[in-house]
Amino acid sequence: MSEPLLTVDGLQAWYGRAHILDGIALTVGRGEVVALMGRNGAGKTTTLKAIMGLVERRAASLRFDGRDLSALPAHRIARLGVGYVPEDRRIFADLTVEENLEVGRQPPRPGAPTWTPEKLFALFPNLAEMRGRRGTRMSGGEQQMLTLARTLMGNPSLLLLDEPSEGLAPLIVKQMADAVRRLKAEGLSVLLSEQSLSFASAVADRACVIETGRLRWTGTMAELLKDDGVRAAYLAV
Amino acid sequence: MSFLLVQALSGLATAATLFLVSSGLTIVFGVTRIVNFAHGSFYMVGAYAGWSLIERFGGTPAGFWGSVAAAALMMGVLGAAMEIGLLRRLYRSPELFQLLGTFGVVLVVQDLTAWAWGPEDLLGRRAPGLKGSVDILDQPFPLYDLVLIGLGPLVLGLLWLLFNRTRWGTLVRAATQDREMTSALGVDPARLFTGVLFLGCALAGLGGALQVPREAVTLHMDMAIVVEAFVVVVVGGMGSLTGAFLASLLIGQLQAFGILVFPQITLVIVFLFMAVVLVLRPHGLLGRADEAPPTAPAAVTVPLSAGPHAGAWALALLAVLAAAPLVAGDYALILLTEVVILALFAASLHLLIGLGGLVSFGHAAWFGLGAYGSALLVKHLGAPMPLALAGAPLLAGLGALVAGWFCVRRSGLYFAMLTLAFAQIVWSIAFQWYAVTGGDNGILGVWPSAWAAGKAAYYWLTLGLSGGALWLLRRAAFAPFGYALRAGRDSGLRAESVGIDVRRFQWMAFVLAGTAAGLAGGLYAFAKGSVFPTLLAVPQSVDALVMVLMGGIQTVAGPLAGAVAFHLLEAKVMSMTDWWRLALGLIIVALVLVFPKGIVGFLSGFRRRR
Repeated sequence: MSEPLLTVDGLQAWYGRAHILDGIALTVGRGEVVALMGRNGAGKTTTLKAIMGLVERRAASLRFDGRDLSALPAHRIARLGVGYVPEDRRIFADLTVEENLEVGRQPPRPGAPTWTPEKLFALFPNLAEMRGRRGTRMSGGEQQMLTLARTLMGNPSLLLLDEPSEGLAPLIVKQMADAVRRLKAEGLSVLLSEQSLSFASAVADRACVIETGRLRWTGTMAELLKDDGVRAAYLAV
Repeated sequence: MSFLLVQALSGLATAATLFLVSSGLTIVFGVTRIVNFAHGSFYMVGAYAGWSLIERFGGTPAGFWGSVAAAALMMGVLGAAMEIGLLRRLYRSPELFQLLGTFGVVLVVQDLTAWAWGPEDLLGRRAPGLKGSVDILDQPFPLYDLVLIGLGPLVLGLLWLLFNRTRWGTLVRAATQDREMTSALGVDPARLFTGVLFLGCALAGLGGALQVPREAVTLHMDMAIVVEAFVVVVVGGMGSLTGAFLASLLIGQLQAFGILVFPQITLVIVFLFMAVVLVLRPHGLLGRADEAPPTAPAAVTVPLSAGPHAGAWALALLAVLAAAPLVAGDYALILLTEVVILALFAASLHLLIGLGGLVSFGHAAWFGLGAYGSALLVKHLGAPMPLALAGAPLLAGLGALVAGWFCVRRSGLYFAMLTLAFAQIVWSIAFQWYAVTGGDNGILGVWPSAWAAGKAAYYWLTLGLSGGALWLLRRAAFAPFGYALRAGRDSGLRAESVGIDVRRFQWMAFVLAGTAAGLAGGLYAFAKGSVFPTLLAVPQSVDALVMVLMGGIQTVAGPLAGAVAFHLLEAKVMSMTDWWRLALGLIIVALVLVFPKGIVGFLSGFRRRR
C-alpha cells in the first residue's frame, strides 16, 4: 500500500499550561473519509487545529503528501493542499458570498479537483442565489455551506472538516452529508470530527475515537457500529 | 456670512490632512490591531523629505507633485521596514508593549530627523501654479487649500476602490475580521501586514508632504498630529475608513470654529468632544460593537505574591535609605530624592496596570496635576509648603475622580486612548492658560519651607511621605480591594457574576492611583523648585510606563526597581549625550523585544531556571 495522504503520529498540544492532546496518531488515505469521534471536550477540534498549525504549542510527526508539516505555519500548510473548515464557521461577515470565496481562492493544484465559484454554486445552489449578500445576513446552514465552499476554493486534496453537522437542521445535515460524499467521489480525502454517529456512519470509511486527548480506538466505521462497548465507553452521552 | 464660509472651508482643508493621516492609522489598526504611535513620525519625516525634494525639484508643477508622491512612497517603504523589524514581533504582545514599542520609534525618529535636517523650523516653497488665492464671496481663500479639500474625498474614493475592488483589498478586509482564518485559507499574513504598513505610512507621508506649502516643517509635528489622529480614529470608530472621514470633517470644523469662540482652549474642545462621543457611542461614530475587541490586558500569568520576608526586606531597605544622608553628598541626595518620588509615581501606575489590567497612557496627568496644585497654591495663595503638599494629592485625586468616571467605562486600547486624551486636556490647560499657569514658562520659585530646605531634610520628608504612600498602595494590593481589582482584570464577566462591581473598583483604583501620583508630583515640584507643562506631557507618561515595564509588571517590587534603573540611566547615561531620545527610544524598543517581563521578572525567571 502506498503512503497515506496524511500521517499523524505522537501529536501533543497545549493551551497555555493545559496539556490538551497526548499522543494522537492517525492516518488518512487517499480518497478516504475518516471520522474523528469523541465527546465534547475530547480534543477533536484541537486535533484538527493542531494539524493545521493553528495551535500555539504542539509537537508531532506530521506528514502530508510526502511533506513534513510540523514546522510550517498555517498558510503554508494550506497552500500544500490542506483545507480547513472550522466548526464555528468564521465567515467573513463584512464580505459578500463572492468575496468570501475570493479570499479562499488559490491556484489549481495537480492531483486535486479544481473549483470555481460556478462549480461551487452548482454544488450548493442556495449560495448561488445570494452571491452579493454579506455573511451577516445568512442562516447557520448557509454559513456552513459557505465555509465549506470557501475552503474548497483553495483546491485542497485533504479537507479537515470540524463538526460539519453541528447545530444544523436535519434537512441541511442531509445536504451536508450528500456534499461530503460528492467530494469523496471527486477524489478528495476528508478528516472530519463528529459527535453524531449517524452523520459519521453516513459518510466515513473509518473512525478514530478519542477521549481526554488520547486515542482510544480505531477501526472501520462498520466495526464501530457493531462494537457496543466502545460506543458506550467513549461516545454515549 | 462669507467669513463663516471661509472659516468652514479652512476647516475642510484641515480635515483633508487629518483624514489622510488618520486613514492610514485606522487601516493599520484594523488589520494589525496595533495602535501605531509612530504614525505621526511618518507624517513628520514625510514633511521633511517632501521639503527637501520640493526645494530641489518643486519649481514646476510636475516636480512638485512628483516630490510629494516620492516622499509618500519613501514613507511607505520605511513603514514596511518597521513592520518587518519591529511590529511583526509584537503582534502577540500585550497592547502596552505595542504602544511603548512604537513610541520608542517616535523618539528614535525625532533624534534622527533632528540629526538629518537640523533643529530649525523649515519653510517650504509654495506649490507652483497654486500660489494665489481665489475670492469666495469677496473673501480670499488659498487656492492650494481648495486642492486639498478636493483631495480628501478623492483619496477616500481611491481607498474604497482598493479595498472593495481588488483581491488585495478583499484579503485585507478578511484579515481585519479574522487574521487566523485568513491564514488558514493560505494567505500569508506577514506579507499582507507589510503591505498594509506600506499603505498606511505612505498615507501619513503624503499628508506630511502636502503640508510643506502650508506651514513650517518642525520637529513637533509628529506628536501633534498623532494625538489628533488618535482622536479622529477613536471618534470615527477604530478600523473604519468612512468613520475616520466623518470624524475628520467634524473635528476640522470644531477646530476652525473653536478657535473663534475659545481661542485659548481649542485642544480641550477636541478632546472633550472625543470623551463625549465615547461615552455616548462607545465604539465611535461608525465603529461596530463586535469589531475591535480590546486586546487582552498586559498578560499576567504569575499571580502577584509577596515574598516570604517582604516586610523585613522593606524595613531593611527603608533603614538603609534613611541612613543615606550620613554618607551621601548633596548631588547623590538630590538623585535619591528624585528616585524615591519616581518610585511612588511608578508604583501608582503599577496599581492600575498590574492589579487592574488598565494600561493608562496619561498617568502624567495626575503627577503633573499634583505638581501644579502645589505650585499654584504657593504662587497664587502664598500657601506654606505643608498646605501646598496636601493640596497636591487632593487636586490630582479630584481630577482622577472626574476623568476616571469616563475612562473606566472602556477597557483595553480605548482606555489607553481615553487616559491619553485626558492627559492632553490637562496638558493643554497648563500650556495654554497663560494667566494662571504661566504657559510654557511654567511656575518658578516653589521652594520648601525653611525646616525642610536642606537636602537631607527634604530627602527624609520625601522618604517618609513616599514610604507611607507605598505602604498604603501595597496594603491595598493585598486587601479585598486588590483581589476584587485583580478578579476584574482576569475576567470581568466572572467577577461581575460573583457580585463585584468591576467598574466601581476600577474607578476607585483610578482615583487612588491618581492621588498617589499627585503626591509624587507635589513632592517633585518642591524638589525642583519649579513646574513646567512637560510634567503633564505624553513623554512623562511614557517614562512611568517604561519604569513599570523595566521593573516588570508581575512583581510588587518591580516599579521600585524600574524607577531606580530608569532614573539612574537617565541621569547618568542620557545626560551625557545630546541624543538622549535616540538612546531612550532604543532602550524602550529593546525592553519591549528582549525583556518583556522586566528586570525583576527576568531575574526571578533566571533564578527559577537555575
